[in-house]
Amino acid sequence: MTSAAPVEPPGPPAPAGAGGAPEVVAAEPRRPRVRPELLLYLNVLVVASCGLVYELLAGTMGSYLLGDSVTQFSLVIGLYLSAMGVGAWLSRHVEGNLARRFVDVELAVALIGGMSAPVLFIAFGQVDNFQLVLLGFVFVIGALVGLELPLLMRLLEAQVAFKDLVSRVLTFDYLGALAAALVFPLVLVPRLGLVRTSLVIGLGNAAVGLWGTWILAAQLRRPAGARVRAGVVIAILVAGLAYADRFTSWAEDRMYADDVVYATTSSYQRIVVTRSRAGFQLFLNGNLQFASADEYRYHEALVHPAMASAAVAGHPPRRVLILGGGDGLALREVLAHPDVEQVTLVDLDPAMTRLARTFPALVTLNRQSMNDPRVQVINDDAMVWLEGAPGGWDVVLVDFPDPNTLALGKLYSRRFYQLLATRVTPDAAVAVQATSPLFARRSYWCVIETMRAAGWHVQPYQVAVPSFGVWGFALAMRHEFAPPRAAPALPLRFLDDTALAAMFQFAADMKPVPVEVNQLDNQILVRYYEDEWRRWQ
Amino acid sequence: MTAWSRRDFIALVLGAPVAAACRGRGPSLPDGELRNPGKAVGHRLWRDPTTPTSVRKPDEWRTAEVVVVGGGASGLAAGWWLGRRGVTDLAVLELDDVVGGTSQAGSGGGFEYPWGAHYVVAPQAHQRHLIELLAELGGMDGNDVDGAPMVAEALRCRAPEERVFYRGRWYEGLYPAAGATADDRTQLAAFERAIDGWVGWRDDGGRRAFTLPTSQASRADEVTQLDRLTMAAWLDARGLTSPRLRWLVDYACRDDYGLTAVDTSAWAGLGYFAARRARPGAEAQPVVTWPGGNGALIAHLAAQLGPRIQRGVAVTRVAAVDDRVEIIGHQGDRVIGWRARRAIVATPLHVARHVVVGLGDRAQPTIDRGAWAVANLHLRARPRERAGDAAPAWDNVLHDSASLGYVVATHQTGLTTAAVAQGRDQGPTVITWYYPFTGPAADARRELDGASRADWAAAALADLTRAHADLPRLVTRVDVTYWGHGMARPRPGAVFDPALANLRAPVGPIHLAGTDLSGLALFEEALDHGVVAADQVVAALAVPA
Repeated sequence: MTSAAPVEPPGPPAPAGAGGAPEVVAAEPRRPRVRPELLLYLNVLVVASCGLVYELLAGTMGSYLLGDSVTQFSLVIGLYLSAMGVGAWLSRHVEGNLARRFVDVELAVALIGGMSAPVLFIAFGQVDNFQLVLLGFVFVIGALVGLELPLLMRLLEAQVAFKDLVSRVLTFDYLGALAAALVFPLVLVPRLGLVRTSLVIGLGNAAVGLWGTWILAAQLRRPAGARVRAGVVIAILVAGLAYADRFTSWAEDRMYADDVVYATTSSYQRIVVTRSRAGFQLFLNGNLQFASADEYRYHEALVHPAMASAAVAGHPPRRVLILGGGDGLALREVLAHPDVEQVTLVDLDPAMTRLARTFPALVTLNRQSMNDPRVQVINDDAMVWLEGAPGGWDVVLVDFPDPNTLALGKLYSRRFYQLLATRVTPDAAVAVQATSPLFARRSYWCVIETMRAAGWHVQPYQVAVPSFGVWGFALAMRHEFAPPRAAPALPLRFLDDTALAAMFQFAADMKPVPVEVNQLDNQILVRYYEDEWRRWQ
Repeated sequence: MTAWSRRDFIALVLGAPVAAACRGRGPSLPDGELRNPGKAVGHRLWRDPTTPTSVRKPDEWRTAEVVVVGGGASGLAAGWWLGRRGVTDLAVLELDDVVGGTSQAGSGGGFEYPWGAHYVVAPQAHQRHLIELLAELGGMDGNDVDGAPMVAEALRCRAPEERVFYRGRWYEGLYPAAGATADDRTQLAAFERAIDGWVGWRDDGGRRAFTLPTSQASRADEVTQLDRLTMAAWLDARGLTSPRLRWLVDYACRDDYGLTAVDTSAWAGLGYFAARRARPGAEAQPVVTWPGGNGALIAHLAAQLGPRIQRGVAVTRVAAVDDRVEIIGHQGDRVIGWRARRAIVATPLHVARHVVVGLGDRAQPTIDRGAWAVANLHLRARPRERAGDAAPAWDNVLHDSASLGYVVATHQTGLTTAAVAQGRDQGPTVITWYYPFTGPAADARRELDGASRADWAAAALADLTRAHADLPRLVTRVDVTYWGHGMARPRPGAVFDPALANLRAPVGPIHLAGTDLSGLALFEEALDHGVVAADQVVAALAVPA
């Protein structure tokens, strides 16, 4: 690039009237000293705000993704401050063209800080030692931010008395910190989400860098080169913003009532974890799968009636199959039964089962069930797997997402339940999550009738799960049976003999309605489901 | 071929607008191969002056109680039924290296996909043999409450079965209902009533007017005279001019017969709709299909016959000699003779006429055979779908195309790498594109026979890219089969041709069984002729020689 950059910063626009022009011209000689100085103080403000935002971002992500927010924030703040110290110490070794170094540091902060949240989100799903990566980012950003102020002060030292310089720089520094501390939780995260906040703040840093090439143009030997670099950094960050939808979409950040703390798009679905005061929630494609506050009601209801029925009819179940349920929560309930020798969990999405193994909050909630030696995890489509699967299951727990698509409707078809029937022991019990008998009454009874059409004897039951509403299940066996009367002798939070008996009672507004059988070539259930849930949206 | 002639070719098979739309796209096509099943050997033997009358003395003589010539659907069905009836000393001789004829399937990249016929209509109670065959495949699920046979859920085409690309959007079903006028709807209803009228129609003997297989249909004048006019003429006579309805009927004729409604026998055209309904007002019988199309039926039949099938045998002469049959075949450089008590010749009629000594003496029906191109496109991922469009179906039809659109090989397995929670199947797949050349057979031989694999691949891509803009980026391989003598086409007069009926009776110890005997080509017809010939043979063998 050969076009000469302006040596002087552009002045304020000339007044439209003709009269003032001579004064503006007269003021010319003083401007190069005063204006850069003021602008550099503004720079301090922005730099300080951005630096603090990166620190807050790292702390937030650490506590969201790794849990234990006190430890995470302490670690991040401590390391960040000490890294700033390291940066400040290193600044004495920075020689040569200070203006150019300052702009480069600014752009480095913009790039590394701006990309920190998206890179960390990706890294969380990819690397084993996430804590180390997180702290590495904190250290590098802290060190770079630590370099900034000393460099800036050295740039200004020739023009301002030392006592004024220190006073002004630190004033703007602390003011910037206050601004960031207020804007981050109140505006940035709620409006932009973590990933966009990081990228937008990076853009702020890059803008300061670019702006600096004009303010410090006189001291930069080749401002054009610095501008090109700034342009590249800005382009990267803008591209990052364009791709930010891959992490969380604008709509998504607004859709969830609580903070999105983890989001990924696997080959199969969108997985989002949010955190609220009451705990955390898992969403697949925007549909709530569980809330940590009340999931025990759902999972105790899904698992224990089938375990009890199988035990009453034959022997305590030893081989258990879970289809779906990649969160490991149903598995937790199964493993509480000491007689269980082998559990196979088939969930389509490796990203989901990996989350259940590694996401600290979920690992705590599922009590590390996914790592139990009795458990085999298979990532495959349940119907395809079942076609070639071994038989001999004593209990099967079917916990698929609701049948809101044709692809899912297949997993609720008569064919599927026929296939399932060929893979179980004679006294096996099966429990199937069957959507809400209250909100989607026809859908619920369609699942029940479809199972009956496939030759199963079915006992319908339901339970209230506050985050879901009234939820329905099907308990089924190959022969006639009565609902179990005794809850298992385990330390359960919800299910006792009374609760068990109540689950098999249906109020008038949930009683059976006439429905068709769901088959692969009619997919009637998906239609029922769409019709019924549309009314509640 | 230069880019210019490629475009000319596309204009020829798909029309100028499609060719114009693909300008600028280079010749960079994915790999693939062109298959011309049986063409090289068939044509060599046809031109060879030494056959069939003056053949080389066989290097070897073999004996079998029955020899079946032709390992397509009807030959395999004959062999299968002979086996079921206890005749096991038999040889099935197939020209090609693979059996199945136009019902054959291909495989590659972990997928099975059809190379030709890809479905049967779920049988009604009278289709005893198809029911038995499907039952052997584990495909029958007893009877429904009315006593009608039920095909197992796993074999019925999964929903959604079909969709049509019309004016830039995909719509569920085949009839483009969007934007239909009141008159369009009235005419559709009138057509449906007419079909239902025929579904309920019975002759004095209680026979239906339209059945699968066609041999069970009434021969009453009222019925046979429908074979004397074209489907278009039948529609014209009833004032059925709605473009949407005409398109639907035209599509049906092209889909099953490779002819437009203007050239299709009205009996065949009406039969497409009427034969599939069990009773007036009933929905069409479900479609039964497999990933490899009817290749699954072929594989089962072939498995029953095992080593009795001999591939790569070009039969040049079938002659009755003193109440026995001598069959001469070339296998590589060797000439092999079979002596059999009976022979079933289950080849296309133009081949049978050529090899069966004495057949030429009989009155010959006019068999019009249409040319087809079938392309299998291997995709690394599913084409992107637009929100609000009908979901991807098994059969995906383009309204404004001379092709028939495509079927999806993974529709019936669906979920090998499917996006269950995302609500749609995804991952690699194979789609099968069908193109019937509806013009005169002579034109096809003149204009299409020399087309290269690349020409067809370019045509398939140009056609489908109109509905799936991202398709060129997704295609990893395009294989093409060109069926020069694809299948018999029911022009008016073909189905009830007396000469055809005459050929159904054996020529001494030689029985014909090819699908051509029906004047139209459907698996149900192949099965019928195979079974009938086998029954005739069993009856004849029971009589001491």
